[in-house]
Amino acid sequence: MTNRPYVRPMPASWWLRQGRYVRYMIREATCLFIGLHALVLLLGVYRLTQGRDAFDAFLAALWGPAGQVMSAVILLMAAVHSVTWFNLTPKAMPLWIGDAKAPGWVIVGAHYAGWFVVSAAVLFLAGGAS
Amino acid sequence: MSARQITLEVLRYRPESESEPVFQTYTVPCEKEWVVLDALNYVKDHLDRSLSYRWSCHMAVCGSCGMVINGDPMLSCKAFLRDLPDHIRVEPLNNFPIERDLVVVLDDFMDKLKSVKPYLIPRQPAPEAGGTYRQSAAQLKKFKPFTMCINCLACYSVCPQYGLNEGFAGPAALALAHRYNTDSRDQGRRAREDVVASNTGIWECTFVGACSEVCPKDVDPAAAIQQTKIASTMDYFKDLLMPRKNGKGGNGKQAAGNNR
Repeated sequence: MTNRPYVRPMPASWWLRQGRYVRYMIREATCLFIGLHALVLLLGVYRLTQGRDAFDAFLAALWGPAGQVMSAVILLMAAVHSVTWFNLTPKAMPLWIGDAKAPGWVIVGAHYAGWFVVSAAVLFLAGGAS
Repeated sequence: MSARQITLEVLRYRPESESEPVFQTYTVPCEKEWVVLDALNYVKDHLDRSLSYRWSCHMAVCGSCGMVINGDPMLSCKAFLRDLPDHIRVEPLNNFPIERDLVVVLDDFMDKLKSVKPYLIPRQPAPEAGGTYRQSAAQLKKFKPFTMCINCLACYSVCPQYGLNEGFAGPAALALAHRYNTDSRDQGRRAREDVVASNTGIWECTFVGACSEVCPKDVDPAAAIQQTKIASTMDYFKDLLMPRKNGKGGNGKQAAGNNR
C-alpha cells in the first residue's frame, strides 16, 4: 500500500452530478412543504382561540391570492411527496403471500387505496361540517 | 477489417510522481464483443504497462473490477463496449481513497464488513451425526437475493451518505447483515444490532436508493436496509411494552432477538 492514498473531496454540489441525486433531493425537499402546511394548520387553531373575527381573518387570508398560490404549491408538493414515497413502499415492506412475493403494484396500490379512502372521509366530514 | 476505435480516458494517479490524479487518454482498437476490461487489458498489454487496475474472473463473479464508467459505477467486465459511446471515461470507485490509478483502498469496507458479523451464528448447535442445518426452499427464498453480493462496492461508490459520513456502515455490509438476520438458521441478530441498528448503521441511510439502481447482481441493498429499519422499530416498541426477561432488554435501544 502506498503512503499517499488520494482522497477526492466531495463538493457541496454533489447532488447536481446525477439525475438520481436531483430527484432524491426534490423528494426530500417536499417534506418542507408538508411542514409548512402543518404550521398553517397550527396557525389556524391558534387564530381560532383568539375568537371568531381572528379566525375569519385567517380564512380570508387563506382565500386571498397569496393564500391560494401557497395552497396550490403545497398541494402539488404533497402530491409529489406522496407519490414518490408510495412508489418506494414495495422495497420497505415486501408482501409474501405463501411462498410468493406479491408484485410491487399490489403494495403501491394498497397505499393509493388507503390515501383515497382517508381523503374521501376527510372531504365527507369537511363537507358535512359546513 | 477495420476495428472500431474508442477513446479511453482513464484517471491516473501515480503517488510517487503526482500530487493529484490526472486523466490520460488512450486510443484503443476494439472488437465487437469486448467489454471495458478488455480495452483496459489492451492498454496494459500494448500501450502502457504502468496502468494499474484490479480484475480477476472476467465473468461478473469475483467483484474485483468495479470502477466508474461514464459516471456510473459498474463491473468493467460486464460493461460492453457496444452499449457505450466511442468516448469512455474510466475512473476509480468514488468515495474511496485512490491507491494508484483505478485501484482504491478497501480497508474501511473490510472493517465494516467484519463488524456486521457476516456469517451464520447458528440457532442450534451443529446437528448430530454431522448432518446439515435444515432449511426449506421457502425459507431460502426470503433472503436469497441478499446472498448475491460480490463486494464490488458499486453501491458504496454511488452512496452519498457514505461519501459524506465515512462512519456509515454502508449498503453492502448492511445488506449482508440483513441476509443473515433473515436466515432461518441464524440467531445472530442481537449480536449484530450494536452495529446494524446504530446511528452509523441503518439510521444513517436516507433511502437515496442509488445503491440498488447500480448493483450488478440485483441485491437491492436499499430494500434490505429499509426492511431492517422496520424490524428494528418493531423491536423498539416491543421492548418498550415488554422488557426482555433475559439479556440486555428494556431500555428501548436494544432490539429484540429472535422473533422470526
